[in-house]
Amino acid sequence: MKIIAEMGEYAMLMFQAFKRPDKGRVFRRQLMMDFQDLGANSIGIVAIISVFTGAIIAMQTAYNMDNPLLSLKLVGFSTRQMMILEFSPTIISLILAGKVGSSIASEIGTMRVTEQIDALKVMGINPANYLILPKITASVIYNPLLIIFSMFLGIGGGWLACIVTGLVPSSVYIEGIQSWYDPFTITYALIKTVVFAFIISSISGFKGYTVSGGSVEVGRNSTQAVVYSSILIIIFDLILTQLLLV
Amino acid sequence: MIEVKNISKSFGGQQVLNGIETTFEKGKTNLIIGQSGSGKTVLMKCCIGLFDIDEGEINFDGRGFSGLGEKKKKDIRKEMGVLFQGGALFDSFNVEENVMFPLNMFTKMSLEEKRERVNDVLNRVNLPNAHKKLPSELSGGMIKRVAIARAISLRPQYLFCDEPNSGLDPKTAEVIDELISNLTEQFNMTTVINTHDMNSVLQIGQKISYLYKGNLWWEGSNTEIMHTDNEELNDFVFSTELTRRLKVKR
Ligand SMILES: Nc1ncnc2c1ncn2[C@@H]1O[C@H](COP(=O)(O)OP(=O)(O)O)[C@@H](O)[C@H]1O
Ligand SMILES: [Mg+2]
Repeated sequence: MKIIAEMGEYAMLMFQAFKRPDKGRVFRRQLMMDFQDLGANSIGIVAIISVFTGAIIAMQTAYNMDNPLLSLKLVGFSTRQMMILEFSPTIISLILAGKVGSSIASEIGTMRVTEQIDALKVMGINPANYLILPKITASVIYNPLLIIFSMFLGIGGGWLACIVTGLVPSSVYIEGIQSWYDPFTITYALIKTVVFAFIISSISGFKGYTVSGGSVEVGRNSTQAVVYSSILIIIFDLILTQLLLV
Repeated sequence: MIEVKNISKSFGGQQVLNGIETTFEKGKTNLIIGQSGSGKTVLMKCCIGLFDIDEGEINFDGRGFSGLGEKKKKDIRKEMGVLFQGGALFDSFNVEENVMFPLNMFTKMSLEEKRERVNDVLNRVNLPNAHKKLPSELSGGMIKRVAIARAISLRPQYLFCDEPNSGLDPKTAEVIDELISNLTEQFNMTTVINTHDMNSVLQIGQKISYLYKGNLWWEGSNTEIMHTDNEELNDFVFSTELTRRLKVKR
């Protein structure tokens, strides 16, 4: 029962958020701040994790291929496939759910308990629209860029690992990443990313907006924002994979 | 003048306000007093439309407010200034941006006019040089003063203050009280102040409404309040050593 009530509340809040902003200039200003906070500030962590994961995938694939009939091209191929299909869109989104989700929820939640949201409303502003819409917009635009960046870095990390360990010659790895390529995998990854970005930003916005109480509740709701968005990301990963890849 | 007509409000079965009926007068400081939890904040938030009321009506100088939609409420909100309990300054904006915010939202003033207005109100609250400071760099008293500046930047008809001097030392509290009282006179505003501070009551309580467990229990002025025989009010008024000594003297 509680879940259904909460879903209704979420839908109503999104309805409020997705109204046309009264002042375009104010919206653009908020959007720019959110590009910085939610997007640009995540580049570092995405880069580090992607390079290392690409390297690890390549090494594991190489170490586990002791059958001489298997071509070493498979190392490049499987690194590419794993990065594009699953690692970059899903795992990076999960990491962003932790980083961006908790920051959205605690920022908006703090504004709620310190009555800043009330103040916005008294000043004639639709707070859901003013606070949540720019964050959703920023995430939906910026996350795909982060994910493409992550794919390149992951594949590059795999190449680096091959060279450094000497497991796979550079030319074979590069041949591998060019083999059996289906451009639809990128489309599939980007569709997933956009859906996940919407989940992260809207759920966290909702959890922050509906805080009531004090700083303890802000913390509790930020944790819930991360947990809920992570679970939904995994569920939607399954649904979208079924819908798009079959 | 704000008319509060028979308003009631409950949260999930808990009755918080019970048929409140009163008026807040123009050019005066109208105080709502009562213990913590008596419903002062809820009453104020009902007046400014942050809570929907279950029953009753609120009129601003004869104009109905409580039944209006968000768009129509905006017209009357243009004439309201609100000082929230913690100040509610926007963390990411500096003092100038905070004070300018309502001007950006409600007016089409030029940047120059807005700057002039910001300077004017910051001077009035005695903070002529704080423009570029962030809220995190301000003291409690300064936060309240910036919040007052923001509340009066649109030259409102109605000013609402929720516990304007809570968390301040007695001296600063008095400065804030005087400031609000002077501004009320200068701009001829209808000012409503929530407080549980007896010092404010005696100093600026031109009209006092005492809330007791969600009921309007007593109304009068700051001279009458010292001579009332209302038992619950007496309990509240003479709950501190200081006020008890005052009573003995009389
Ligand atoms: N948003 C809310 N939801 C549920 N109960 C609330 C809410 N706001 C206030 N209350 C309850 O209303 C009562 C009065 O609160 P309030 O008006 O804040 O008291 P105060 O006189 O100290 O300002 C309290 O019992 C409080 O728990
Ligand atoms: Mg209160």
